[in-house]
Amino acid sequence: MTLEALGELLTSIWTIWAILVFAGIAFWAWRPKNRRRFEKDARIPLNDE
Amino acid sequence: MSSQAVLNTGRPPAPRYVEDVIRAAVVLSMFWGVVAFLAGVVIAAQLVWPQLSFDSEYLTFGRLRPLHTSAAIFAFGGTALIGTAFHVVQRTCRARLFGGAPLGWFVLLGYQFFIVTAAAGYLLGITQSKEYAEPEWFVDLWLTIVWVAYLVAYLGTVLKREEPHIYVANWFYLAFIITIAGLHIVNNMAIPVSITGSKSYGAWSGVQDAMIQWWYGHNAVGFFLTAAFLGMMYYYIPKAANRPVYSYRLSIVHFWSLVFMYIWAGPHHLHYTSLPDWAQTLGMVFSVMLWMPSWGGMINGLMTLSGAWDKLRTDPGLRFSVTAVGFYGMATFEGPVMSIKAVNSLSHYTDWTIGHVHSGALGWVAFIVFGTLYYMVPKMWNRPAMWSTRLIGWHYWIATIGIVLYITAMWVSGIMQGLMWRAYDELGFLQYSFVETVAAMQPFYFIRFLGGVCFLTGGLLMAYNMWRTIRSEAVVTSARHQPALAA
Repeated sequence: MTLEALGELLTSIWTIWAILVFAGIAFWAWRPKNRRRFEKDARIPLNDE
Repeated sequence: MSSQAVLNTGRPPAPRYVEDVIRAAVVLSMFWGVVAFLAGVVIAAQLVWPQLSFDSEYLTFGRLRPLHTSAAIFAFGGTALIGTAFHVVQRTCRARLFGGAPLGWFVLLGYQFFIVTAAAGYLLGITQSKEYAEPEWFVDLWLTIVWVAYLVAYLGTVLKREEPHIYVANWFYLAFIITIAGLHIVNNMAIPVSITGSKSYGAWSGVQDAMIQWWYGHNAVGFFLTAAFLGMMYYYIPKAANRPVYSYRLSIVHFWSLVFMYIWAGPHHLHYTSLPDWAQTLGMVFSVMLWMPSWGGMINGLMTLSGAWDKLRTDPGLRFSVTAVGFYGMATFEGPVMSIKAVNSLSHYTDWTIGHVHSGALGWVAFIVFGTLYYMVPKMWNRPAMWSTRLIGWHYWIATIGIVLYITAMWVSGIMQGLMWRAYDELGFLQYSFVETVAAMQPFYFIRFLGGVCFLTGGLLMAYNMWRTIRSEAVVTSARHQPALAA
């Protein structure tokens, strides 16, 4: 395998990896289980003073 | 204001925060804002009355224009970002700034030194001639040192936080600091001619140089002028409205979609150039996709006000912040439209671009800073409110009229300019000479000048209001333990 071909392969893998990571983040954000903790986290600036 | 009042967190009082640096940043940011608006008015006037350069090489448009852009973006915006970043990170992490006051002062004052050396260079004709990256190699090296110190202070504070979760505003600020570091270093790779001279030659050449420049340029827009000020939005709008952000989950998706996409949008600055076609199309597609996270963020900012819209009547400072989010939505709609190649063939190199930039810079960046500073000044100096609420209202309307004059003049002028450039007569000759397009634009340049004068007037009202607030008596209450600081 030439270096160019390897580079192209890694580029493709990286694209798929980035999509999967983003899908994972979106899933984590909207998972019903996490609803309450994010509501709590949203109040961090207001709990300050 | 102080950390002394322990609410239902059940924790002991948090350590006292570093605040003098933040107060200094607030004042410096206001100062640079007035300088930037004044420089803008001067160069706008030069475009109407060219004799205003007085045949002096130091006052030509070419040297004053980077002075204006750098004063607006790096001095006014950047100083506000350093101050608010230190404020937000300490408050939301409930931790004293890493490195304490000395590191904070080094970052703020070191950055001011960068601004002054860069600006002096522009007037003397010392420039790399790269848009938004004009400073020469020695100034770039100094900024790198300051910026790494900024990252260390910020990240160090995040790492020693008492609050388990890293609040979303910190993600935006951190993305800004890290990305700008990378962009700055890669785009400014250069070899000086001599160690004692100011001249250098860039490491990149040809189309690679152009692509790296606009990868830098567009991500300066994406991470300096967008992500960082979104961090501001996610902290100061909830604070001023006294409500949590509309959807925290949307804010997470907003952040990650923005950083995943922005980095690819740069090639839209190089449509129809020698940049490969596929790269141009890639830039266009990612720019259009960016519309989604941008509007997701806009909806999140605006909906934070739901149930509290009445505050806009009584709090003109908050009105600035909310209008800023509206302009953010408008500018991030216009941008993707202009990145479409067919539209770009009309809009590129015309005043339409200048109008677009200013609806973002004046409407979004400056307005969100104004809203934030109007919130911060009474808090940081322990005053009941700004000296005059009416004056904030005046500032709001004068500045808004200024923006409307500016961007409508540039829309008309830019589209007219683009249409005149491409007009053919029945024999296939170009219908207009270049100088005819310049003459046709002059009335719109005058309207733009008027808009700039309005915006500058508003800035001066704000500076006066801020000065009177700082000079006024401090509130002395037991809940606010900080001694009335001599202003």
